Amino acid sequence: MTPFNRNFGQGKRTKAVRPDMNWEEITKAGNVYEPGNANTYETGDWRTIRPVWNKDRCIHCLICWRYCPDASIIATDGKFDSFDYKHCKGCGICANVCPVHAIDMFSEDEMDRQKEAKRNEE
Amino acid sequence: MKNKVAITGNEAVAQAMKQINPDVVAAYPITPQTEVVQIFSSFVSNGQVDTEFVTVESEHSAMSATIGASAAGARAMTATSSQGLALMFEMVYIASSLRLPIVFPVVNRALSGPINIHCDHSDAMGIKDAGVIQLFCENAQEAYDNMIQAVRIAEHPDVLLPVSVNLDGFITSHALDVLEVLDDETVKNFVGTYQPEEYLLDAENPVTMGTLDLYDFYFEHKRQQVAAMEAAKKVIEEVGREYEAISGRKYGLIDAYKLDDADMAVVVLNSAAGSAKGVVDELREKGLKVGVLKPRVFRPFPFEAIQDALKGVKAVAVLDRAETFSTLGGPMFADVRTALYDLKNDIKVVNYVYGLGGRDLRLEDVEKVYDDLANIIKTGRADKFVNYLGLRE
Repeated sequence: MTPFNRNFGQGKRTKAVRPDMNWEEITKAGNVYEPGNANTYETGDWRTIRPVWNKDRCIHCLICWRYCPDASIIATDGKFDSFDYKHCKGCGICANVCPVHAIDMFSEDEMDRQKEAKRNEE
Repeated sequence: MKNKVAITGNEAVAQAMKQINPDVVAAYPITPQTEVVQIFSSFVSNGQVDTEFVTVESEHSAMSATIGASAAGARAMTATSSQGLALMFEMVYIASSLRLPIVFPVVNRALSGPINIHCDHSDAMGIKDAGVIQLFCENAQEAYDNMIQAVRIAEHPDVLLPVSVNLDGFITSHALDVLEVLDDETVKNFVGTYQPEEYLLDAENPVTMGTLDLYDFYFEHKRQQVAAMEAAKKVIEEVGREYEAISGRKYGLIDAYKLDDADMAVVVLNSAAGSAKGVVDELREKGLKVGVLKPRVFRPFPFEAIQDALKGVKAVAVLDRAETFSTLGGPMFADVRTALYDLKNDIKVVNYVYGLGGRDLRLEDVEKVYDDLANIIKTGRADKFVNYLGLRE
């Protein structure tokens, strides 16, 4: 059998394509050689509004966990743990379905501005 | 033993498909390709092949199903013509960018409108930029031979691109021709068993195909396709040599006919090359130094071979059976002229658009082209570089 990579634009059978790879190195036709690879595609930077958890109000019913379309709510031992901000697209469904309003949505821009202002004060 | 048969071009293509015995064929009938699918489907129903034949509702679906089958790991084929190929257009890009070795005959026919079912190359020229390898056939014999070689070219690990095999609608496809067919065993051994490197049904080695590829890597993947096209030139010649060993018929990137000492050359694809060769024979008897260059491959464009074959001539006429509406002549003219530009030999290159919608290319027409070329050499100038042959002017 002919070796897979003879550098005629067939790419490498690699599991990780990195930005420093050239056209001869990246996989052929953009094929991905790993199952369950959706996790490595981070969609968190699409977000314009961010869910923030209010610990005091939360009753750990996990309705948000069930409704999250991106599986971005992490529950540990049957309790709300954290948001997966690398994949959360900020759709706000969790905040909408929460029966006790324990999730607030904040503008990413506004949060950035506040962070910047705080840095300037220091 | 030589096995000579009298069959039409379409039958020759179906015969080749029978001997290749692909795993899946998904096709939709369209004039003048209809017979290919019709004859092949009878092979399927008679049990002469063990192909899965998928009847689909359009050519878009035909190519889609072929792509699906090929990605799953099958040796898959389809066939089409004209508007059918136009309807496939979107999926042809998917086939080439997924690097699927799909072989599909294209029985060349004009594109509407006005409605016309006869031969020209507008359909093939429509996909010349889609990343598909294009083989062209002068007659039924070449259609048969090219079909068998196309499988090997497409599936070569350096290439992995779709290959279209073009033959002239009604001229090659429906005319009865005497040709030599190989026996089933020889073809079977030549094409071999298809062993895809990676395929969707390979549960041991999972692979995702058809991924999202935005500005970050799309460019690089296009570059890979160019490299595969470049590699294809060598592969086409290699496969041609191997095929010569089993058939005795020679195939390369181009067919140079009496060009060694020629002053004037005509560059023309497909069946018209046969007419041009006939005229060349007659003119050679009169002592004129004339020749014909027939590109067998149009994509990838064999410009090195064309430069090499035409470097000694003084004037070249490129005959195009398709119009681009650029007002700069036909599609092949642009490519041939570009190929010759760097030679700096001041070769005069002129264009003749001919035979649109199935209009005959008469021998007198070809003679006129050589007359014009002789005039260009005599006067040293070409006044009009885009001309129409056999047009009411």
